[in-house]
Amino acid sequence: MSAMTEISAGKPIDLSPYHGSIIDCDIHPSPPSIAELLPYFDEYWKEVLTMRGIDRVAVDITAAPPNVPVNSRPDWRPAKGRPGSDLALMQRHVLDGFGSAAGICNCLHVAQIVFGDDLAAAMCTALNKWLAAEWLDRDPRLRASIVVPIQNPQLAAAEIERWAADRRFVQVLLPGTSDMPYGRRYYWPIYAAAARHGLSIGIHAGSSYRNAPTPTGWPSYFLSDYIGFSSIAESQLLSLLSEGVFVEYPNLKVVFIETGFLWYPSFIWRANKTWRGVRAEVPWLKEAPGTLAERHVRFTIQPVDAPPTPDQLERAIDQMGSDRFLLFSSDYPHWHYDGLNPLPAGFPTGLLEKIAVENPTETYPRLQKETAQ
Amino acid sequence: MASTDTAPRQKTKTVVAKVSDVKPGGGIYVTVNGRDIALFNVDGTFHAISNRCPHEGANLCTGRLTGLLESDRPGSYRLSRRGEMVRCPWHGWEFDLVTGQSYCDPKRTRVRNYAVSVESGSGLIEGPYKVETFPISIEEDYVIIET
Amino acid sequence: MNVNVTERDTHTPVDLTIVDCDIHPGMAPGELTPFLPKRWQEHMAVYGSFFRNGVKNAPTTHFRMAPDTARADSWPPSGRPPGADLDFMRAQHLDAYGIEYGILIPLRVGPGAQRNLEFGAALASALNDWQLATWIEKEKRFRGSIVVTPDDTEAAVKEIERLAPDRRYVQLHIPPKTDEPLGRKRYWPIFQAAVDHDLPLSCHVGGLSGHPVTGAGWPSFYLEDQHSNVQSMQAMLAGLVLEGAFERFPKLRVVLVEAGFAWVPAFCWRMDKHWERMRDEVPHLKRKPSEYVREHVWFTTQPIDEPNDNAHLAEITEWVGYDRIMFSTDYPHWDFDDPRFAFKGSLSAENREKIFRMNAKVFYGLD
Repeated sequence: MSAMTEISAGKPIDLSPYHGSIIDCDIHPSPPSIAELLPYFDEYWKEVLTMRGIDRVAVDITAAPPNVPVNSRPDWRPAKGRPGSDLALMQRHVLDGFGSAAGICNCLHVAQIVFGDDLAAAMCTALNKWLAAEWLDRDPRLRASIVVPIQNPQLAAAEIERWAADRRFVQVLLPGTSDMPYGRRYYWPIYAAAARHGLSIGIHAGSSYRNAPTPTGWPSYFLSDYIGFSSIAESQLLSLLSEGVFVEYPNLKVVFIETGFLWYPSFIWRANKTWRGVRAEVPWLKEAPGTLAERHVRFTIQPVDAPPTPDQLERAIDQMGSDRFLLFSSDYPHWHYDGLNPLPAGFPTGLLEKIAVENPTETYPRLQKETAQ
Repeated sequence: MASTDTAPRQKTKTVVAKVSDVKPGGGIYVTVNGRDIALFNVDGTFHAISNRCPHEGANLCTGRLTGLLESDRPGSYRLSRRGEMVRCPWHGWEFDLVTGQSYCDPKRTRVRNYAVSVESGSGLIEGPYKVETFPISIEEDYVIIET
Repeated sequence: MNVNVTERDTHTPVDLTIVDCDIHPGMAPGELTPFLPKRWQEHMAVYGSFFRNGVKNAPTTHFRMAPDTARADSWPPSGRPPGADLDFMRAQHLDAYGIEYGILIPLRVGPGAQRNLEFGAALASALNDWQLATWIEKEKRFRGSIVVTPDDTEAAVKEIERLAPDRRYVQLHIPPKTDEPLGRKRYWPIFQAAVDHDLPLSCHVGGLSGHPVTGAGWPSFYLEDQHSNVQSMQAMLAGLVLEGAFERFPKLRVVLVEAGFAWVPAFCWRMDKHWERMRDEVPHLKRKPSEYVREHVWFTTQPIDEPNDNAHLAEITEWVGYDRIMFSTDYPHWDFDDPRFAFKGSLSAENREKIFRMNAKVFYGLD
């Protein structure tokens, strides 16, 4: 049986026609410890980090604990070490497994969460160096998001400038939340730098927990938080739309990574509805939010928070209103599906080429330049 | 004023109100030839549009008149056409009193707009306007809507 | 001819009989004072409301687009505030739309949002008494909500015990923004009291928890604040399910008011999917989240969702369940839904009757 069509419940969706050209828009190298990153810091920070014992603290983020089932598929766990820490396994499991032409690495690291702008900036620089040296340099299919110190947008813009010339970086990664909604002008230096260099913005599911993850405080369970990451994504998207980020940066693309996507139809119906009457509050929006979103916003497909029946899934995807939205992702090594069967029954096969190849190529301008060559 | 089968229906001019009935910055409701019309007074210029909001049927004559609030860029603001937009009293959809177009979707969402004129009472008494139930006084001015 | 528009509306034949599950009685300044004990009258005059909000006495954080959040045509000629004139409300709303029963949800003075819990409890009692004397006693079509202060569960239970015997109060009211997610154990005494008295729990959007109105932080615009009603309801619904309130209280019924309902199916699918993966974190849950929702939760219609394609609304309505949805207008607020025109999806006569009338009659035990 072909690796591409391993059977799970229901009729498998056959991705083998796209073997060799799939673009995987969400892969997670395991976050390196500060000790592992130490060689990539300058002398000053090496001194500080070792003196304070920061080289011995955890680097996992509360929004993505490594051992919880959703983040660690059993057959993708190495015998030793953390899921996503081994390149050879990553190659076998997903890069070769799906036959990807490119895979975009999103490293979820405490660097984007800690307090202290300069410390965060130093960690991000070290992390990006590590990504380049230990991942991008070792497999020509790999691409990455620049991890930026979102805590300080000026420093984040500087980090973007530092890596812009390396075309293997195709995106700027933002954690699920920081101090305030991402449409706020406070963050615009990041969008300006990204737009300048043809980099897309990727907002990953999660939270920095600078604020309570819900409007009604702190739930008891990680499961609650994880579910709520889609609500957070809705609020972030509305902020980007309302504040006019896409008016100011007409070439910018924003990707919501691992937030789910089936929340989008009801979200955009409401956003359009409210805008029709409240337009005067945000008069720079000359087009409906839905029109802007179709042009500027994308979603990685994992997890597919699918309805119980294939027919409903087909209807729900139709409600999205456009075939440009979805981007293929394995979300390696997270556990949303079994085998190499990332799409549930009912997923319209007519969309496969778009989600596997066309939409990612259109979304990441830096991939386009390459294919043109 | 009769219309024929082959000719386009001739428009009818109907006296609907005294000028003094419609306060500047406000609107009233009138019916003309079975049509529900909202009549507004914008600084002495009269505008008439279909009264019924296409969204959920609210009475546009009770809506607030505003200027046109625009922007070319987040953070910059421009006010023009003071008093020439009506906000639906319910969900706030904005309609241009001159064209009847909605601001949020000018191509597909609009209300019918009607030609409006003002005549002195003395002019009206001589005709040819259709006068419904008004006693016309030569000392007053009147609003006429064409349907 | 010049015709007063209200008269025009009542003359338009309206072939409806509906139950409106969300009406907000207005209040003129000073109207609540007689219902408050003197000690709290003085407190109110000197210290006023004390919310988790930088703007004094403001029960919401973001300015609305319309004065008093009201329809521009709902200001009564008497000069009283929108919703505060019963005769006008009868003419413009109850009579005009054939409303058989109107469920009152008073949104004044923010009892549940007061940082001074004792003051909040006093306000809640005053508000409930005002509701009865000013509205329910004067108009047979009204039923009321027992407003309680959820973050003081002892006071909330006391208020429920006080008023539950009067069955003209048909539900409790708690806003979906409490200090902690509503399903958490500290709130369980309220649910116990609710089921003891067979009173459903109504959560009408709003409240001031002190947390930013979105999980992403504080937004700039009313456009966003208004929309965040949905996310606050998502969080509250998830809390009731995942914290185990529905498992613990099998008879608890909840209605989510003024968040619409189009978001519900996708949110339930998401809860189910991730619960499958991480159910070991929540072993107290014996069933899928969507099953709890299906058994315990109802939704009011307003603000009606407006997909470009009406067929999508029909699909969503079917997925949520025709028996789970109850019509509401939100009179006199600006985002009011007109029962004649709001529901643009196609509905069979039977389902229309359910949504506009029968579901609410059963839910609230009317008749």
